[in-house]
Amino acid sequence: MSQKVLLNYKEVNIILHRLACQLIEKHTDFSSTVLIGLQPRGIFLAQRLKLILIHDYNIPNIQLGLLDITFYRDDFRRSDKLHEANSTEIDFLIENKHVVFIDDVLYTGRSIRSALTAIQSFGRPAGIELLTLIDRRFSRHLPIQPDYRGRQVDAINDEKVLVNWKETNGEDVVYLVNN
Amino acid sequence: MSKLSVDHLLGIKYLKNEDINLIFDTADHFKKVINRPIKKVPSLRDITIANLFFENSTRTKLSFELAQKRLSADVINFSSGQSSLNKGETLIDTVNNILSMKVDMVVMRHPNAGAAKFLSNHVDAKIINAGDGTHEHPTQALLDSFSIREKFGEVKGKKVVIVGDILHSRVALSNIFALQIQGAEVMVCGPKSLIPKHIDKLGIKVETNLLNALKWCDVANMLRVQNERMDISYFPSTREYALQYCVTKNLLDSLNKDITIMHPGPINRGVEITSEVADSSQSIILNQVENGVAIRMAVIYLLASKI
Repeated sequence: MSQKVLLNYKEVNIILHRLACQLIEKHTDFSSTVLIGLQPRGIFLAQRLKLILIHDYNIPNIQLGLLDITFYRDDFRRSDKLHEANSTEIDFLIENKHVVFIDDVLYTGRSIRSALTAIQSFGRPAGIELLTLIDRRFSRHLPIQPDYRGRQVDAINDEKVLVNWKETNGEDVVYLVNN
Repeated sequence: MSKLSVDHLLGIKYLKNEDINLIFDTADHFKKVINRPIKKVPSLRDITIANLFFENSTRTKLSFELAQKRLSADVINFSSGQSSLNKGETLIDTVNNILSMKVDMVVMRHPNAGAAKFLSNHVDAKIINAGDGTHEHPTQALLDSFSIREKFGEVKGKKVVIVGDILHSRVALSNIFALQIQGAEVMVCGPKSLIPKHIDKLGIKVETNLLNALKWCDVANMLRVQNERMDISYFPSTREYALQYCVTKNLLDSLNKDITIMHPGPINRGVEITSEVADSSQSIILNQVENGVAIRMAVIYLLASKI
């Protein structure tokens, strides 16, 4: 197994600020916008973006929810592994809100499809957008594309994109791992 | 995440503590799901479940059916009153006929102990025991323990007394097994005639005085007197039973502590507990009902993952 650095911590930081600016450009003061981090890995990116928006761009009222898609997956009973459910924490209404899904890597698009179904349990949003740090563009199974992307990566299927966050792995680095 | 160690839910005695924890952790998530505006997940949309009730049931049947529908499974219902069993068909024939309609899972209640185990040996489907005679009622015991865990944080170390008709109760036996696996202390309390001989060999305490039992416990699980299973008189009269074993407000007030009251239902108000107690803040009876749906969703979901 070999791995190379796709994004170092400086590049991750620059990208996070760019993504935050792109969100502000579209959603201004976030009065009718909510951020939804997708469990399990998207929540770190979502929390980081929320902090940047609050502290660096002075937007105080950012609503952030966490969405778990385990019971909405389309591969239940199709793999040997049973996916562990995580908590869903959405303590606000999403009815008529602009929802931004946030995930670390967009790969096949199936997680996002599951999230699109799952979010309907919380109301009918005005619209849904997708923000992702890494977009693996040649790996899609479904017609799903991000509205905001950090970096587009042409990884082949044997390769894995690994996103490490300071909060859990001690570093902000994105690796391309070759199995 | 690991899967259940069993392929069917036939009884608590086949489960390990890890299985119970997995069911509880999964039920925690489903409890949140059933409190959302849209209380449904699509996980089991390609699964068909048959509910076979060879004995009367209201809440268990409704609870299972609701759990299955919340998971998006297709459900078919069968009750013995309207079936071909009355025409002499055997259990296996009945079930195999239903299975040939491509059913993946069977939830069965049956008056004979061991019926679910027997079925699991003969048919190709996941079996959930919804009560087999006076043997086991595993989902009831799971939801009872889950409700204790919800109230106290954990089941381990809690003192639980099961009061009433222990002799005819499948709930009692399943609860004893479930509580012991999780490290709780268990006592049974009731008239001697309704306590099976040698039950103390299961490692539980036996008490015939209700006040002593209540003084000892953190939780009292009050069982219904099952008149329909009694072939002889086990006590002189319902009134006399109630005088000795009905939990009243006065009795609870005479204790120096708050104990939690549970009841698997249906309640005979004034026999096992008074209305005042059933509707008091110490009672978690309605929580048990809500938790029943979440627990059954968890059991069905986890067994379906093995199909």
